[in-house]
Amino acid sequence: MVRNLLIRGMLTGVLAGALAWVFAWVFGEPQIRDAIAFEEHGHEAGAAGDHPEEEVVSRGVQSTIGMLTGVGVYGIAIGGLFALVFAFAYGRIGPFRPRATAGLLALLGFVAVIVVPFLKYPANPPAVGDSDTIGRRTALYFGMLALSVLFAAAAVILARRLTDRLGAWNAVPVAVGGFLVAVGIAMWAMPTVNEVPAEFSATVLWRFRVASLGVHAIIWTTFGLVFGLFAERVLRPAANPRPDPRIPAAAG
Amino acid sequence: MAQAAVPRPAATPIAIPVRAIVPWAAFAGAFLLFLIYFVASEQGAVALFSGTGVHEFVHDGRHLLGFPCH
Repeated sequence: MVRNLLIRGMLTGVLAGALAWVFAWVFGEPQIRDAIAFEEHGHEAGAAGDHPEEEVVSRGVQSTIGMLTGVGVYGIAIGGLFALVFAFAYGRIGPFRPRATAGLLALLGFVAVIVVPFLKYPANPPAVGDSDTIGRRTALYFGMLALSVLFAAAAVILARRLTDRLGAWNAVPVAVGGFLVAVGIAMWAMPTVNEVPAEFSATVLWRFRVASLGVHAIIWTTFGLVFGLFAERVLRPAANPRPDPRIPAAAG
Repeated sequence: MAQAAVPRPAATPIAIPVRAIVPWAAFAGAFLLFLIYFVASEQGAVALFSGTGVHEFVHDGRHLLGFPCH
């Protein structure tokens, strides 16, 4: 059962990675190109560069097969982890069927894993960021991510506990409020990082960050919608016993 | 787990027992996290391999996925 879910999660991840790659190619690459042009312009002008430019991997490879590998491997890995969390959450977070569980988890995951860390430590294009602080920035980013996931898990448990006493319509807003307050305090307490060069184009930065969010939105939407279909077949085989392809599945 | 003893509404789907999940979570989970590490941080803040090959190869993906790259 878990094995089947895991495999399907990773397959969903392949699809998610492929879709995200197309989006990244269309909406992300132009900004990366502009950022690299800015970076190289800085080098020509004699500004202190963060890394001496000798091409280990060509831009052509980086922007195509390299990007596909990065986004694809990430999609597969997140897909597998999503399936493992789903296996645990199904039947435990509420009386939700597989597709609803997958949709809910994807929404929670997108907020907790992507949106919250992004709001504090947003994605940065090339040329933004001092290479001397990479260790600190990495630790802060993953620290924010870990806190956010922890708070989200706590909020889910809280909502579950309160539902029996208060009903879902009261319990869920209380839990969401608790999550927002906890996240707010963490964001306020954690140090701010801003290493955007003064002359860097605000437009390029904005578009790059929106593209980054878009890539993740595509990945998590795919999990929410497609993984649920797979999971329905794994977990409720009786609901659709070898459905006749000519008859639309009423069990949906 | 305690959940098994809690009476549940008839509509609640049957959860997968934790003991069936743990082995998969431990081994596959660790491996998948390792994969994410490779895309996100190898040859960035920390490095298992020397050089910059991995970093440069996944460079664009790492930036767009929002991980601190360099």
